[in-house]
Amino acid sequence: MTTARLSLGPIQEHWAKEKMLDFYRTIESSPVDIVYLGETVCSKRRSFRHQDWIDVAERLQAAGKEVVLSTLALLEANSELGYVRKLCTNGRFTVEANDMSAVQLLAGKTRFVGGPSLNIYNPRTLSKLVELGLFRWTLPVELSKNALAGIQQEMPPGVEAEVFAWGRMPIAYSARCYTARAHKVSKDDCAHCCIDYPDGLMLSTRDNEDFLVINGIQTQSARVHNLIHELGDPTALIDVFRISPQSEHIEQVISLFDQVRSRSMEATEAVPELRRFSASDLCDGYWHDEAGMASCIQARTA
Amino acid sequence: MELVCPAGNLPSLKAAVDNGADAVYIGFRNETNARHFAGLNFSDRQIEQGLAYARRNETKVYVAINTYPQADNFAKWQSAVDQAAHYAVDALIVADIGVMEYAAGKWPELRLHLSVQGSATSHEAVRFYAEQFGVQRAVIPRVLSVKQVAALVDNSPIPIEVFGFGSLCVMVEGRCSLSSYVTGQGPNTFGACSPASFVRWTETDDVLETRLNGLLIDRFEKNENAGYPTICKGRYKVNDVTGYAIEAPTSLNVLPILPELLRIGVAAIKIEGRQRSPAYVGKVTTILRAAIDACRDDPDGFRPDRVWLSELSALSEGAQTTLGAYQREWQ
Repeated sequence: MTTARLSLGPIQEHWAKEKMLDFYRTIESSPVDIVYLGETVCSKRRSFRHQDWIDVAERLQAAGKEVVLSTLALLEANSELGYVRKLCTNGRFTVEANDMSAVQLLAGKTRFVGGPSLNIYNPRTLSKLVELGLFRWTLPVELSKNALAGIQQEMPPGVEAEVFAWGRMPIAYSARCYTARAHKVSKDDCAHCCIDYPDGLMLSTRDNEDFLVINGIQTQSARVHNLIHELGDPTALIDVFRISPQSEHIEQVISLFDQVRSRSMEATEAVPELRRFSASDLCDGYWHDEAGMASCIQARTA
Repeated sequence: MELVCPAGNLPSLKAAVDNGADAVYIGFRNETNARHFAGLNFSDRQIEQGLAYARRNETKVYVAINTYPQADNFAKWQSAVDQAAHYAVDALIVADIGVMEYAAGKWPELRLHLSVQGSATSHEAVRFYAEQFGVQRAVIPRVLSVKQVAALVDNSPIPIEVFGFGSLCVMVEGRCSLSSYVTGQGPNTFGACSPASFVRWTETDDVLETRLNGLLIDRFEKNENAGYPTICKGRYKVNDVTGYAIEAPTSLNVLPILPELLRIGVAAIKIEGRQRSPAYVGKVTTILRAAIDACRDDPDGFRPDRVWLSELSALSEGAQTTLGAYQREWQ
């Protein structure tokens, strides 16, 4: 089998322009193969204008990366649809569709990628989208290794499977901005307060268990999803391992995934290192048909 | 504007039909629908009885097959579609592309509605389902403001159905994995949110705690009304402040904006609540029926009756109602 590729997902949080530029400069020389670019959470975030994204896309492409432009996951206003249309007709870079509006705009016109917020739960759904031009898709985060295997048994040839392998999982979207709510204002009056939380805003239970992370209209798992063990498993049928950006130590995380990929390190050796660079405890429950927040591999090897 | 009412069982179906529903929606007794709760939903015999009752009273029956099958259980969704087709129901309410493709291919005469679980929030998303599978109506998630609903109705190739009353999903339907994150079971794959089998109520001294699979969702003092531990309605800490960080227990109620929904051309209003009692369904159906009729007769002069509003509040989660995302300030 061919070596798995590493991808870098879209930045999910709101960062300042300089921070984003620095971040992607670092990525140019990193061993990731694919980079997903674009604002997928909130259209009010404007650190980067369209041309800034294109500039970064060109630099990453020149550095040998496959560049994919990601669309907004939740569309509400017609202006947002207008921007999705602009991305879908860009004519140069592949597009990752993160909702069915983007699929509609891409279908039958150009090859595209399906993002983790598209509901592709079974082979029949996947086949239909492949017929319309999809060539790679990210498994919805709540699906397991068994679900993926089931899809792959009936998958059309040539389709690539990607999994959300590292980072806090996006697990819900809403019309309401919870960061603004924490600041006691509505979304229209948010003053872009999410820029103060480059790794999101922690939501804990009343007995102080870190539970969720608020990122504007998106809700993430507090725990960091980690599937590095699958990268060390030659029988795993995964083409692309997605690493989700974090505000610090992304180079180290990418490097550890790369070392396990090249067999210069065992996954079990990498995990204690990854923990040092992780903002929270690790989890992998979904992958093992358990509650998403469960940590199965850890429990087994402990 | 059609009034679409929930029926979790035969008595609820009769209550909806008797009190003025234009259509009722039901589900089979398994995870093929998004109210897969113990003791709820219809056996074959009950479906036959329900259909006969509804037809005698000229009420349509829609069947929700609106969860997401996987490779190993797709056949169950297929047979649900076949069964609904066999009964010649008035429409299927579907979310999964694979299920839609199957239904449209095998039963081209069967009318399809896009479920709220399909998460379509723009006219291009709606167009996808209309063009690919001949879907004839879309139920939209509770995320758009009234103005945005109006724009969607204007541009959509098919009629739009919106939620009018009932428990409020504050997350986009079809894209919420909060429940599966905590329990392993959620709306998309299992057809239930915060399933009862994971709920624990623990009373200690003066405090009642509600937990879901061990995770603390809320804690109630003696003078507080304890609510069901739905994750998005719990109290949590954010920036050292404890409160309803996502949403307080509350129900959606569109009566204050009913004339606007009518004016912008919304095709149908749906009442949430297949898990509710026949008495609840009967009462809410009666009020919504009266409100829609009054609004149709005199849209400019329409004001929601105070008695209706207080009765609806009494039936609501947390005894309060909201316009939710229809109103921008809520967002």
